[in-house]
Amino acid sequence: MDDKDRILLHLLEENCRTPVSELAVLAEVSEQDIRDRIGRLEAAGAIRRYGAVVDWEQAGNGNVAAVIELKVSPERDFGYDRIAERIARFPEVRSLRLMTGAYDLQLLVVGSSMHEIARFVAEQIAPMDRIRETATHIIMKTYKENGTAFAGREEVERLPYSF
Amino acid sequence: MRDFVSARARAIPPSGIRRFFDIAQTMEDVISLGVGEPDFVTPWCVCEASIYSIEQGSTAYTSNKGTPQLRGAISRYLDTRFSTRYDADGEIIVTCGVSEAADIAIRAVVDPGDEVLVAEPSYVSYTPCVSLTGGVPVTVPCRAEDEFRLTADALMESITPRTKALIANFPNNPTGGVMQEADWRAVADVLVDHDLLLISDEVYAELTYDGDHFSPARIPELRDRTITLNGFSKAFAMTGWRIGYLCAPPEITAAALKIHQYVALCAPVMGQVAAYEALRIGEAEKDAMVREYRLRRNLFVDGLNKLGLACHLPKGAFYAFPSIESTGMTDIEFAESLLREQHVAVVPGSVLGPSGAGHIRCAYAVSRDNLKEALSRMGAFLGSVK
Repeated sequence: MDDKDRILLHLLEENCRTPVSELAVLAEVSEQDIRDRIGRLEAAGAIRRYGAVVDWEQAGNGNVAAVIELKVSPERDFGYDRIAERIARFPEVRSLRLMTGAYDLQLLVVGSSMHEIARFVAEQIAPMDRIRETATHIIMKTYKENGTAFAGREEVERLPYSF
Repeated sequence: MRDFVSARARAIPPSGIRRFFDIAQTMEDVISLGVGEPDFVTPWCVCEASIYSIEQGSTAYTSNKGTPQLRGAISRYLDTRFSTRYDADGEIIVTCGVSEAADIAIRAVVDPGDEVLVAEPSYVSYTPCVSLTGGVPVTVPCRAEDEFRLTADALMESITPRTKALIANFPNNPTGGVMQEADWRAVADVLVDHDLLLISDEVYAELTYDGDHFSPARIPELRDRTITLNGFSKAFAMTGWRIGYLCAPPEITAAALKIHQYVALCAPVMGQVAAYEALRIGEAEKDAMVREYRLRRNLFVDGLNKLGLACHLPKGAFYAFPSIESTGMTDIEFAESLLREQHVAVVPGSVLGPSGAGHIRCAYAVSRDNLKEALSRMGAFLGSVK
């Protein structure tokens, strides 16, 4: 992993559809070098997937998302890993993290309605062994996602010329 | 009624691109590569600190030379970043942008009749500031074949017994040229031999892409014959805050301070608070902006060369300075037609000095999407004039 790899990862994270020819110019290396580097980074798992940042609300999809906090009793020998592995298998769970602080696991769950999320938590998550407590927080509005602010800010007016 | 305008004010030539402004005003969709300012908004941590200080009622005058906190921070910053040492109490004045710093520096050292060398092409304020003091500006060319560096030879050709000082700006607006240590050492010998002062405007110092910026005051023989100017506008995207600074040996600083206290009293306190914060915690955001400028430079200069507009790879600042001689147009004709026909604003090089003729200054401090659009419009323009 060198400086050029880091530049490349930032560029791909910003827009993974940037053509190789443009990546080469930006990173000051050859196109073949870009292809080699991308291959290496994919193989090493540094690049996991190529996706889009979607503003689903703007797209007219009425999905509901919630952050769910879980207090979990860890297992001897396995800690939180086995229970986390089980929770991660649900497609409703978009992200899953182990946290420091007042609770242990944090889930981002997406469903088609508040009712569906409530049912998912009540029927699938809460009854699992070792889950001691759940707290569900419905997301009301997303202002920024993965570094992209959703609210359009007005362009500041600048002079057309200055020296 | 008499004509009340002074002869000196009347003698300042009107701006070479006033009419470009007027044309651009009539258009809705101009892509401006004409403005020498970052398109970034000031890092939010810096804005927050200034907002908080206003809420706390910090709205009064500061010490003439700037708050001790900011001067201390500038002193430490210059030492760690550029290896130049300036005493926070006696050798630094915080000014209303580098524009004011240049003005008071010139007025502190130039007497009527003194000749002042100005390395050109350059930012447009030095020459009129010299004239306003009664000094005589003499331009020194920095040529494309030298990668727009200042050479000892060009310098020597312009020196007369009346020469007192040299004003130079590297990394350079408009060419993006930089001076490495060896370049400065050659110039330093000439300055010492002829007992000249150097006014070094280093406002683009942080925007250096290949190797570190070399500050000429690092050369021991130059240290006490140099006035170093720098500021926050370009590195930290803080143009509107108007905070620059002047660093010089104590006697020159004291002289400049007398002028500064009468013309400005002090730099704006909100800006000083913001500038202190920029030095305290703004480095990561500054570095991110510099990385982005480098990407934009690569993209834009590659695009210009593909269009057939020969452009050296600028090593500093955020300007590309391609030659447009292949089109057969003058730089003024080119810039005006490009604006009228494709709504892309660039600055003709000749308004920034005679050596800029045949070139245009394109500020690439705009988004990569806008740079691509500008290149595509320039391509269409070149197609239409062939």
